Amino acid sequence: MHTKSVAQLAKGLRERQFSSAELTRAYLDRITTLDTQYNSFITVNEAAALEAAEAADRSLAVGNANALTGIPIAHKDIFCTEGVRTSCGSRMLENFIPPYDATVIERFKAAGAVLLGKTNMDEFAMGSSNESSFYGPARNPWNTDLVPGGSSGGSAAAVAGLLAPAATGTDTGGSIRQPAAFCGITGLKPTYGRVSRLGIVAFASSLDQAGPMAHSAEDCALLLNIMAGHDPLDSTSSTVATQDYCATLDDSLEGLRIGLPAEYFGEGLDVTTGECINNALKELEAQGATLVELSLPHSALTIPTYYIIAPAEASTNLSRFDGVRYGYRCENPADLHDLYSRTRQEGFGEEVKRRILVGTYALSAGYYDAYYKKAQQIRRLIKQDFMDCFEQVDIIAGPTAPGPAFALGAKSNDPISMYLEDVYTLAVNLAGLPGMSLPAGFVEGKPVGLQLIGRHFDEARLLNVAHRFQQATDWHLSTPDSAKGGSL
Amino acid sequence: MAIEQGEVEKIAELARIRISKEEIGDVTQRITEVLQMVDQLQAVDTRDIEPMANPLDATQRLRPDEVTQSNRRDAFQAIAPAVENGLYLVPKVIE
Repeated sequence: MHTKSVAQLAKGLRERQFSSAELTRAYLDRITTLDTQYNSFITVNEAAALEAAEAADRSLAVGNANALTGIPIAHKDIFCTEGVRTSCGSRMLENFIPPYDATVIERFKAAGAVLLGKTNMDEFAMGSSNESSFYGPARNPWNTDLVPGGSSGGSAAAVAGLLAPAATGTDTGGSIRQPAAFCGITGLKPTYGRVSRLGIVAFASSLDQAGPMAHSAEDCALLLNIMAGHDPLDSTSSTVATQDYCATLDDSLEGLRIGLPAEYFGEGLDVTTGECINNALKELEAQGATLVELSLPHSALTIPTYYIIAPAEASTNLSRFDGVRYGYRCENPADLHDLYSRTRQEGFGEEVKRRILVGTYALSAGYYDAYYKKAQQIRRLIKQDFMDCFEQVDIIAGPTAPGPAFALGAKSNDPISMYLEDVYTLAVNLAGLPGMSLPAGFVEGKPVGLQLIGRHFDEARLLNVAHRFQQATDWHLSTPDSAKGGSL
Repeated sequence: MAIEQGEVEKIAELARIRISKEEIGDVTQRITEVLQMVDQLQAVDTRDIEPMANPLDATQRLRPDEVTQSNRRDAFQAIAPAVENGLYLVPKVIE
């Protein structure tokens, strides 16, 4: 069962080939057996998952099933889940049991999906390797000496290791796409505002967006159909109409114009990774697409712009963790000031504290114009580059990351080199565009991700291109050796 | 640009994050590295460019001023570190 896609599993459940309880049990058993290798889950929701599976089986029995009824889904530990601990990868929320569900979780529950567990992540989603998690790093199923990427590293590792058929992630600067690339799965970051942010622990509110992570574009489309839509409780949620993201998956690519930014193929890109991307582009060309060379001239500024805007927004968002209303509180505070400052010293990890301090500095009196306002102005220039390109092309393609997964510890002591991992993904968040990563080959056994970037709200087109690519290739069907053990 | 250790102490105070004497030198060095990396923004001409706060240039929606959600104080306070009689407890603020 665990080698089937979400679409196949949904069909199997409807045809009563197996029950949701059997399916859920199978994944729980695999987690018990195999997750000691990956550390991809922070919390496994065993009892409640089996209960939800039985409820799903009752719905299936009376023919009252939705697309995802009875399908186990793993959720990044950043989504608030009522009654299930939501740690956000931090000591600060080690004992935090939310009194409500994120809108995304509510939507999955309403669709009959089973909440399998909560996946590992970089602390407060700040990282590109999953190494900043308070709960220890998750590991890459393709080689457990390698990082799975981050921040949604646990979700990517769980799907790649066949411990869940699909998962959710969030992406503030590449946190769905880069781990998807590193772990050889398919991940989509939707347009800013497409998926509700309510109940997602906030990192950088003008950049954060949740999306699906699965083996195929088809499975991502099934999940996006559940996740996308207006939420009146999220003031930045879009009112633009959603569509059936499965309906156009098979559309022809004849006449599709694909833009290739020179800046995404230049210095810094691993040579073999570049070859994988070029081969993938040839496949799309063979299906009738035209490749157009173009330029995103402000690309070199995306890292510095992002590392002002994201920390600035994080410093305000994370001010809510004060040791008073929920979460960690230090022992024996001398006074209120000591309570705040020691709770935050002890509750946050190094990278989180560093970003809060940089953000506080960028927003402080005397520096606001030079840093934050300046970064917001350049953010507009970065977005305008994309708008200009989309006059000439329908989508933009390139590598998701400059190279494949790196070894644990290789960059964890050098924040700046870690930041460079996101050089091809950050601009998409700054511009609010949809972006996805799909498997496009291997470098010495390590997966390579092809990134596709679309116009605002053009998720259906990205999924269509990715699906057509996956009909002609089998990179997304490869399974790491480490996942081949276990039950079933 | 480099940042002085005293300035880091000041922003740590603003951010309510205690930094020990042993750590302050290292933290200052790391923040200096980040600030040097972002310094290249200063060379860009941004005259007459409107700052962008929302990637879709969306503005805040307003809703009718009506009560839509019920009080859940008990559920919210059940997860607090210390409460009494419906109040959050903190160390004594006024002597």
